[in-house]
Amino acid sequence: MPQPVITLKGISFTYPGGKTALDRIDLTFYEGERIGLLGPNGSGKTTLFHIIMGLLQPTSGAMAFFGNPLKDPRDFKTIYRQIGLLFQDADDQLFCPSVLEDVAFGPLNMGASREEAIRIARETLAHLGLEGFEDRFPHHLSGGEKRFVSLATVLAMSPRALLLDEPTTGLDAQTRTRLIDVLKGLDLSYLIISHDMAFLAEITDKVYAMEKGRLYTEEKVRLHRHVHAHPHGAHPHEHR
Amino acid sequence: MIAEPFAVGRSPIHRMDPRPRVVLATVFSFLAALSNGIPTLAGGLAFSVILVAAARLDMGLLVRRLLPLWGFLLLLWLVLPLTHKGETLYTIGPLPATREGLLLSARITLKSHAILLAFTAWVATMSFVTLGHALNRLRAPEKIVHLLLLTYRYIFVLEEEYGRLLRAARLRGFQPGTNLHTYRTYAYLIGMLFLRAADRAQRVHRAMQCRGFQGKFYSLYRFRAAPSDWIGGAAMTVAMIGLVYLEWKCRNLS
Ligand SMILES: Nc1ncnc2c1ncn2[C@@H]1O[C@H](COP(=O)(O)OP(=O)(O)O)[C@@H](O)[C@H]1O
Ligand SMILES: [Mg+2]
Repeated sequence: MPQPVITLKGISFTYPGGKTALDRIDLTFYEGERIGLLGPNGSGKTTLFHIIMGLLQPTSGAMAFFGNPLKDPRDFKTIYRQIGLLFQDADDQLFCPSVLEDVAFGPLNMGASREEAIRIARETLAHLGLEGFEDRFPHHLSGGEKRFVSLATVLAMSPRALLLDEPTTGLDAQTRTRLIDVLKGLDLSYLIISHDMAFLAEITDKVYAMEKGRLYTEEKVRLHRHVHAHPHGAHPHEHR
Repeated sequence: MIAEPFAVGRSPIHRMDPRPRVVLATVFSFLAALSNGIPTLAGGLAFSVILVAAARLDMGLLVRRLLPLWGFLLLLWLVLPLTHKGETLYTIGPLPATREGLLLSARITLKSHAILLAFTAWVATMSFVTLGHALNRLRAPEKIVHLLLLTYRYIFVLEEEYGRLLRAARLRGFQPGTNLHTYRTYAYLIGMLFLRAADRAQRVHRAMQCRGFQGKFYSLYRFRAAPSDWIGGAAMTVAMIGLVYLEWKCRNLS
């Protein structure tokens, strides 16, 4: 019987301004699951991820990680060791003057020695096909490269589960395919927010929907596979 | 993301141990701020210019960093000589310009340049994580380290966001002039700027938390004072002692 990674019971959240972003969310996310999360802009998806990571405190409700109920907000201090969050905007996630330092930041915080941190960072970069990026300035990378380096900063902390916030936004077709290959190759559970149906159909087993702060996990939400006949298969093109 | 254009480089200053750089920059700032003799301040400015040359900073970028200061100083030169009490040197129309006012303007100009240039050469040449680590290692109180680093980070974020907003306004045909529309647009831009900067800084802070940041900075690079650091540090210290001596002379003369 798979272990639940995250259990949310009746989680609600209201922003200080009075905007209710999450409304009594129930969610059990099991080890090994690959779930997509779909929903219009402003439906509370990013807020949900930030609640799970302990970046925001729910107004009401209960949470448990790996079966352990969260009693004290201080328990959150260790969540980052188990769950990695890929931010919607890669620019928020990269703040060091070199790619190597950025990827090593997490391992160093977790108590790795310098040598270990450098080794982990190099291995993670190599795993994502980013050899030779170590000394690059993150600011000068392309959007796709930034996304992969951000992913490296998360994977370098060897999490057991990933939360990915719109990982394909702004990627060209080729980089998107590369991301799909990388995610398929990971032996991790993940929750992915995306508007990209074809992407979700390819890398997730089921899709939940969010609307106006409510989460719908019932079978009602069925993703129609977005199958296309491509008369010009050799020419990459985008669908809008 | 934090743009730290001066932090990347291979100059002798970049390679120097960050700890003495922070200490020297702090001592020098106090020295320059407390000195009053024009020769001392001119010497201090010359010293900081040498530092800038040694750090091989991008001049175009440096000038852009200095522009706001120049705007402020221009205003000072226009106002202070005419408003400060003292011996009249010349008159502009009905207004007398005083020797004391001119001297004060000169002092402020020299001081602000000396401090800003020295700080850019010594401190802006390290990344913000390195600076945090250096301050931790110097046993600065954690709260002060955070305050300093957050301020430092906000400045970069603000600058970047301001550029972005201004570009957006220009793309929509905004031409600054001296009219109400211009002032209103700038007011909106500045309001938006604070909102966005606060949002962004919060998101960056969250990203740091997600990666296990709990208040202490660690650096990939071991701080090691190489022999050349001792020599460089000693030379800089001697130069600063020279400045103290100059200031002492100036005070005795007057
Ligand atoms: N910092 C904030 N302060 C106030 N309201 C916010 C803040 N962030 C998001 N919101 C609001 O909360 C709702 C959910 O936002 P979000 O979780 O970002 O949605 P999504 O990721 O699904 O697009 C939106 O209506 C948004 O306007
Ligand atoms: Mg979102």
